[in-house]
Amino acid sequence: MNKELHEPLFHISKRGAVRWYVSWLIRCSAVVLALLVCALITMLMTGENPIRIYATIINGSFGTPRKVWVLLQNISMLLCVSLAVTPAFRMRFWNVGGEGQALAGCFGSAACMILLRNVLPNWAVICCMVVASIAAGALWGAIPAIFKAKWNTNETLFTLMMNYIATQLVAYFCVVWETPKGSGQIGVINSRTEIGWLPVVGGQKYLLNIIVVAVLCALMYVYLGYSKHGYEIAVVGESERTARYVGIKVDRIIIRTMLLSGGICGLAGLLLVGSTNHTLTTTIVGGRGFTAVMVSWLAKFNPVWMILTSFLIVFLERGAGEISTNFGLNQSFADILTGIILFFIIGSDFFINYRLNFRHAAGKEIK
Amino acid sequence: MKKFLAAALIAALCLVSFAAVAEGVKVGFIFLHDENSTYDLNFLNAAKEACANLGVEYVLKTNIEEGEQCYDAAAELVDAGCNIVFADSFGHESYLIQAAKEFGDVQFCHATGTQAHTAGLSNYHNAFASIYEGRFLAGVAAGLKLNEMIANGEFTAEEAKMGYVGAYPYAEVKSGYTSFFLGARSVCPTVTMDVTFTNSWYDEALEKEGAVKLIGNGCKLISQHADSMGAPTACEDAGVPNISYNGSTVAACPKTFIVSSRINWVPYMEHMINCVANGEAIEADWTGTIETGSVELSEVNEAAAAAGTVEKLEEVKAALQNGSVKVYDTATFTVNGENLTSYLADVDDMGDYQPETEVISDGYFHESEYRSAPYFDIDIDGISLLGA
Repeated sequence: MNKELHEPLFHISKRGAVRWYVSWLIRCSAVVLALLVCALITMLMTGENPIRIYATIINGSFGTPRKVWVLLQNISMLLCVSLAVTPAFRMRFWNVGGEGQALAGCFGSAACMILLRNVLPNWAVICCMVVASIAAGALWGAIPAIFKAKWNTNETLFTLMMNYIATQLVAYFCVVWETPKGSGQIGVINSRTEIGWLPVVGGQKYLLNIIVVAVLCALMYVYLGYSKHGYEIAVVGESERTARYVGIKVDRIIIRTMLLSGGICGLAGLLLVGSTNHTLTTTIVGGRGFTAVMVSWLAKFNPVWMILTSFLIVFLERGAGEISTNFGLNQSFADILTGIILFFIIGSDFFINYRLNFRHAAGKEIK
Repeated sequence: MKKFLAAALIAALCLVSFAAVAEGVKVGFIFLHDENSTYDLNFLNAAKEACANLGVEYVLKTNIEEGEQCYDAAAELVDAGCNIVFADSFGHESYLIQAAKEFGDVQFCHATGTQAHTAGLSNYHNAFASIYEGRFLAGVAAGLKLNEMIANGEFTAEEAKMGYVGAYPYAEVKSGYTSFFLGARSVCPTVTMDVTFTNSWYDEALEKEGAVKLIGNGCKLISQHADSMGAPTACEDAGVPNISYNGSTVAACPKTFIVSSRINWVPYMEHMINCVANGEAIEADWTGTIETGSVELSEVNEAAAAAGTVEKLEEVKAALQNGSVKVYDTATFTVNGENLTSYLADVDDMGDYQPETEVISDGYFHESEYRSAPYFDIDIDGISLLGA
């Protein structure tokens, strides 16, 4: 066989724009494939019936009304942080500091609850918490933005490192405000007086968070898609030079957008401390700042699609927890399943953007 | 053989009768981590054992953080039909109380918490064990080892210093290392001790680093109150004897492991299940002891321990049980050179740090008597806190 004529079995070529239903067909088949692989691995490794495992995953999110509320609450908190990092991502500013910005917001809220509880009435404490948490988050987001705008520092590293500073800061204050002495834990803040606890709406303790985030989601959709700011962000993201050419002040946009990004993270912190947990720990944000990166990317930075992607991730997480409870399997096994499913979903993007041309098919094209 | 048959028959009868007694009871357990933490593993094994012994249904929830997740987990366990919910971590307490207020007909039991006796809830309970007695015994084994090393001329009596890797400067930890120290000093009068804190319940690297630092500072024997293998493995590497906690570490440290104390939670878990099955009230505070089988010592590793350790431990254990030896006998320790005759402890934990309860009477400090969780938080002479 002549070596020069040898054609590889397949080669990869870029696709043009695909129709929306083609891309969704690819995504859905990726999910189906992922579930099949999960089933196979489950059977091989544990001998459990995969159908029962899937039923358990669904049960973990929808088994009881309470589970549905917890699901919605978890979605809303993840979505909140995801919405926060999205404007920055649209600007191609890789803000991986959502964790630290949200934690700074948590810190702001908790500080107000502890320091002002004997000074101000409840409503005033809550007002201060709102301001303090949003300001703290915004500050945590603005510091890397200013460095990026003025000195073109690497925002990925900078925002990442700000996370650790926030964690250490909170760890320090956990010791300063600990109860009881020596335990290194703050415990529930103002558990007797409930000062600084956000009001419960409609008798459902998670409803407030859900409403706030739903409104935020709609606002963000309009802001990014239909406002001047949103347009400017998109232009800066596409090409900084074009933005400069048309007279957009790029530095200002970067700082303004990161103030917004960090501020919304701070709001997430407010909800986590004031409405959900009423305490402050170093792990209170629970990795949402990082998961948000995936939520935002999977949804192509579209706030409405992000509802779906955050649902998917929370659904898998809750299902994973349920599996480890019901089958006595280690949490790690559930993590393996989640990993497989995400791998397939992320991998499906490749097949949406690229085409595999097999030898035979390629020959046809030439003809 | 007859004996064996009789024992087996009795065991079987017990099982049958208990299974019948505990019918209709379902227990839900909440754990901070999973089996990778020695602390949670101790609870997980106890939960499985107690439920198997009594033939009751149970649900285990692992990796539940000390936040709203704990309340949600408790509420889900109630939804799933559990009539007892047990949580294993100190930080779970507030969220368990929140659930206890909401679900009045379910019993909530919490290990290591402090608020049951002041919460005013009939369905919320704390439990702990007089582990300071186990620590004291482990301390005796440590003192004997030091004596042996002194007798062998490895160092002088004045150089006999121990090191202790603690988690937080919290009453539970202070009570633990002080009883350990007093146990050692009861047989080796010249001993002193350095304590370092990691400010984490589980941080293998920090715990190892702490142990290495203590060994570098001239400590001849190490013990720890933290949940990883950090300190024991550092000791094995350096060839320094180690007194362990939460369970035997002899498999990983065959040359240096002497003995380990731990709380066996099976008696308490069986107790709470039996109470619910029989419709009896569970105490607000339950403190397990050597008698209840809650305070245990592992097998002594003869390869590392001093000769005669097993016999001496039996003797001291008997003395603790009959009350002739008190761990916190005020004649055995001083604070700033003075013997204590009175001490107020913060037994009623109202978040105010206000000590309100007199805990010294009849010549000893009454640990774990006014509530189950430890409240001995006195810094006594002979123990130096590093970096404090």
